[in-house]
Amino acid sequence: MNDKSITQVLVSIDSNTVLSGARQIKTKLITELSRQGISEEVRVIETGSIGPTNQGVVLGVFPGGELYANLTEEEIAEFVQERFVKGRTYQKRLLAEKLPEEMMLQEYDSRKTQYYGRIVLDNCGRINPEDIEEYIGVGGYEALGSALQEKTPEEIINIIQASGLRGRGGAGFPTGLKWSFTFKEKKYPKYVVCNADEGEPGTFKDRLIMEGDPHKIIEAMVIAGYAVEAEQGFIYIRGEYKLSIERLQKAIQQAREMNLLGENIFGTDFNFDIQIKIGAGSYVCGEETALLNSIEGYRGEPRLKPPYPAQYGLLQQPTLINNVETLANIPAIILNGPDWFRNFGTENMPGTKVYTVLGHVNRPGLIEVPIGITLREVIYDYAGGISSGEFKMAQIGGTAGDILSAEQLDVPLDIQSLQALGHNLGSGALLIMNDSISVAELLTSCMKFFAHESCGKCSVCRIGTEYLYTACNRLRKGEGYADELENMRDIATTMKLTAFCPLGQSVAQPVFSALKYFKNELSKSIKQNKKSFSPTREKNSKVIYYS
Amino acid sequence: MGCLCNQQEISEEEKYKQLKEFIAENREKKGYLIPVLHMAQVIFGYLPDEVQAFVARGMNISTSQVKGVVTFYSYFKTSPAGRHHITVCLGTACYVRGSKKILDALEDKLGIKVGETTPDRRFSMGVQRCLGACGLAPVIMIDEDVHGRMTAKKLDKILDQYK
Ligand SMILES: Cc1cc2nc3c(=O)[nH]c(=O)nc-3n(C[C@H](O)[C@H](O)[C@H](O)COP(=O)(O)O)c2cc1C
Ligand code: FES
Repeated sequence: MNDKSITQVLVSIDSNTVLSGARQIKTKLITELSRQGISEEVRVIETGSIGPTNQGVVLGVFPGGELYANLTEEEIAEFVQERFVKGRTYQKRLLAEKLPEEMMLQEYDSRKTQYYGRIVLDNCGRINPEDIEEYIGVGGYEALGSALQEKTPEEIINIIQASGLRGRGGAGFPTGLKWSFTFKEKKYPKYVVCNADEGEPGTFKDRLIMEGDPHKIIEAMVIAGYAVEAEQGFIYIRGEYKLSIERLQKAIQQAREMNLLGENIFGTDFNFDIQIKIGAGSYVCGEETALLNSIEGYRGEPRLKPPYPAQYGLLQQPTLINNVETLANIPAIILNGPDWFRNFGTENMPGTKVYTVLGHVNRPGLIEVPIGITLREVIYDYAGGISSGEFKMAQIGGTAGDILSAEQLDVPLDIQSLQALGHNLGSGALLIMNDSISVAELLTSCMKFFAHESCGKCSVCRIGTEYLYTACNRLRKGEGYADELENMRDIATTMKLTAFCPLGQSVAQPVFSALKYFKNELSKSIKQNKKSFSPTREKNSKVIYYS
Repeated sequence: MGCLCNQQEISEEEKYKQLKEFIAENREKKGYLIPVLHMAQVIFGYLPDEVQAFVARGMNISTSQVKGVVTFYSYFKTSPAGRHHITVCLGTACYVRGSKKILDALEDKLGIKVGETTPDRRFSMGVQRCLGACGLAPVIMIDEDVHGRMTAKKLDKILDQYK
């Protein structure tokens, strides 16, 4: 497998490419290669996502790192003939960009595995996710071995704290601190939960991580279990993520067979096992306490915090909940140390972030970049620029994310810089839009989502989302009341201050930022003469205004 | 899950028996209501009141708790679906790429609205907020198949595949 002299073809098999027939293409490739008698020289490797996600079947060829997209089954014979028999590039489907040479499978060197700044996705697109041996071949489970055999739980927690890793699920809470809270509780059993619900529209990073590198999540969960003294882990995953579920199940099975899960892992007296829990379709279940209720078999309504899951979590026992991407950072940090991790990203938020870049860009897809690069860099350096028209706005972090205008293109994407403007980084979705979409239209779509997903537990959120939806819809149609924008701000403010859970509180984000940056455009949708009843605003009311 | 095509021959009685067995295996475990309901929906295709009551009795919990859970999660259906279920994604990524137009075209073609079933029970239709395939936006899902980069033009050809 590590022979550099042979040619490698990486076939990206993930949920996007499978739909375009990647599996058939792979089979066809193999038959064609053997028909030409060169299957010894050219190795076909099945991998997770390589990068571009809207370009049909994607192939990478090494050495050289050529990237081919949109290949059809009929073309494979010609492709093999041209590329491997004659040794010329197959111009018709060649993309301009190249895969970095380091992606080629080669002798494993633990210090070098994290190439070109990829930490989370380093193996995605490089190894076969359904084969534990390949994961081990690139240094997998080494971090677990070193954790269990050489380090105490306290030492591990200290490493994670020193690395400065923050949660990637949306809130950005320091991960080491969270682990230490769970560790301090001396009430057993404890649990580790991996949040793979990923319901935020426009976000599918966790899916591609799980599809491309499921063992990394398992390894990280075992390390987490050891560090907080838990013996049972759960992965709560969306029912729609069929391929992820399948691969995780397979990975868990393989790990059990090699005693990387189960009893006396690595010959120590530590036991840990993982169970998959499948969600049933509800956005709010991604919120950690709602998720716990859902695992317990109840309606996925959030619980009051505090107490936090670290004290009273699953079945009222201490529980650690982390997002998939957060966990995917753990093995590399344990292996390479906190200082290495701090080489990436910013002082306040070290590391990389996986973004899903979507909307009106030339190359929508998944990227992993150091934290702190700007929106402009994402759009023009990574996503190939705006596909048609001019850049108008971007919504960052999913439906509950802020709507930014062209003026914010140069703001670094890290928690500190964004919070200075009153914004959040959120889940990693970057929805880029040109001027074919009006702000009111975007807001309507977001509010409709919230009105649908509000769990109904508290009235501010239940009624507020519905009100905001109808208000935005009026604006969309150009029929807004004279005091519409003030009312929207009031309602959003009330929700931010009084909603029971973060879902209701987060609804305010897109509303505030749209009012801040696109007030002019929104005002144009107002029919001046009509005034609505004013639910919260009185002459001398003490409503606090957020901006 | 959710498709009954190959189970048509099974009698009601047999279905209840299957469900009963599954409940018996799992009732002692904590938090098994949702997996049981998943299974019930696989067996029956949807979750009518009788099935919900059956689950409640079998698991020794109140019917209201079962109903509360069933109505909370969008995955559970309480009315029979068509042979093929179409889900149109109206998530933001799909929306800005024109999924509303796809929905309108579908409503037009099939003569049904969201949440309804065609008279011949061939198609039923629902919407979702993000199917997690935004890279292919706009996306629709028919049964278990995801169709990406949809256009209204492509619809006929795709619908034809589902009889
Ligand atoms: C409405 C709502 C939805 C959420 N959805 C998700 C989700 O889909 N995935 C996720 O990892 N975190 C989600 N979160 C954040 C979690 O509550 C929690 O902060 C996170 O799982 C903690 O993990 P981290 O510290 O590793 O980020 C959501 C929060 C809210 C309020
Ligand atoms: S928004 Fe449609 S699949 Fe994500």
